Amino acid sequence: MCTVCGCATARHGDGHAHLHGNGHGHDHRDHAIDFGEGLAGVTVPGMSQERTITIERDILARNAIHAQANRDLLDASGAFALNLLSSPGSGKTTLLVRTIAALQDRWSLAVIEGDQQTSLDAERIRQTGVPAVQINTGKGCHLDAHMVGHALDQVPLDAGGLVFIENVGNLVCPAAFDLGEDARVVVLSVTEGEDKPLKYPDMFAAADLMVLNKSDLLPHLDFDVEACRAAALRVNPDLPILIVSARTGAGIDAFAAWIEARAALVGKRR
Amino acid sequence: MHEVSLIENVIALVEHERTKSAFARVSMIRLRLGALGHAEPAALRFCFAAVTAGTIAEGSGLEIEIVPGEGWCPDCGNTVALAQRFDACPVCQGNQVKMTAGDDLRVVEMEVA
Repeated sequence: MCTVCGCATARHGDGHAHLHGNGHGHDHRDHAIDFGEGLAGVTVPGMSQERTITIERDILARNAIHAQANRDLLDASGAFALNLLSSPGSGKTTLLVRTIAALQDRWSLAVIEGDQQTSLDAERIRQTGVPAVQINTGKGCHLDAHMVGHALDQVPLDAGGLVFIENVGNLVCPAAFDLGEDARVVVLSVTEGEDKPLKYPDMFAAADLMVLNKSDLLPHLDFDVEACRAAALRVNPDLPILIVSARTGAGIDAFAAWIEARAALVGKRR
Repeated sequence: MHEVSLIENVIALVEHERTKSAFARVSMIRLRLGALGHAEPAALRFCFAAVTAGTIAEGSGLEIEIVPGEGWCPDCGNTVALAQRFDACPVCQGNQVKMTAGDDLRVVEMEVA
């Protein structure tokens, strides 16, 4: 159950929904949390006069409250959380599988997978022996902090813990939603074009690291790495950039080292 | 289209207001959006009627005030207008301009009855 809103609205993949944290020992790791069912408010008429109500609140205030609850939970447990963002097909899951292999013996790992449909990614992660929770967003194009809060209830969180949150593949919408993560990593693959940081600046402006993936394909493409780097730095002048091939493993050690340095920076280290 | 989620969040704020003061319907919702923010006004307007259908905000109008983008250039010290997040400084052409305004995403007020 949500400690923020007290809801238990998310349905599991097999159609059941219920409160969590009430002491029963039911295992959720094998099926997805489904947020596809719509939120429909109910109108309850009352009598009052026409008037103006001043609100002055951030539209994402509710997300911000959930994000802070996630941050508090992560900080209290000592676990470090990374939000992985990219377009579909950039190789996030392959990158994760490689990174898990590099960090598995030093960290207690868990993965939260976000996709509109299927548990395919969570199943791939579980084959590495790491626990994975699949969130299905239904029609949703991004993860929000509320969904991630439910998923965090289901992964082991402790000091020396590292939680990867693989967002829905989308270079636009996920940028707006703080999940309470410690750091954001945007993954761009060399098959996508070097101008993507300029075309989708919100995502790159909000990132703490850019991973340029599929570098093994560079000999076959016209992709200009330096032009891509310049585009990314124009949007985010301080953005560190790592060149990686999740397929061959090149650059994975540097990515793993960045994660460990970042975790140490916020006081969460193995 | 995350604008659907944003309108759902607006409805949640409206519902929250109704727990503080009773009203039967909403005739107008006013938003303030930054020109450099994450939401596209046209997309918000496009999905507004569909997302509010069946909620307390069904039938409400939507007004969107746009806050222009503004930044501060550490190279020349000027406050400058920004049309895009990553624009160079129009005074010194520096590329380090820090956005200072235009990232708003707020519900300002609403008219209810």
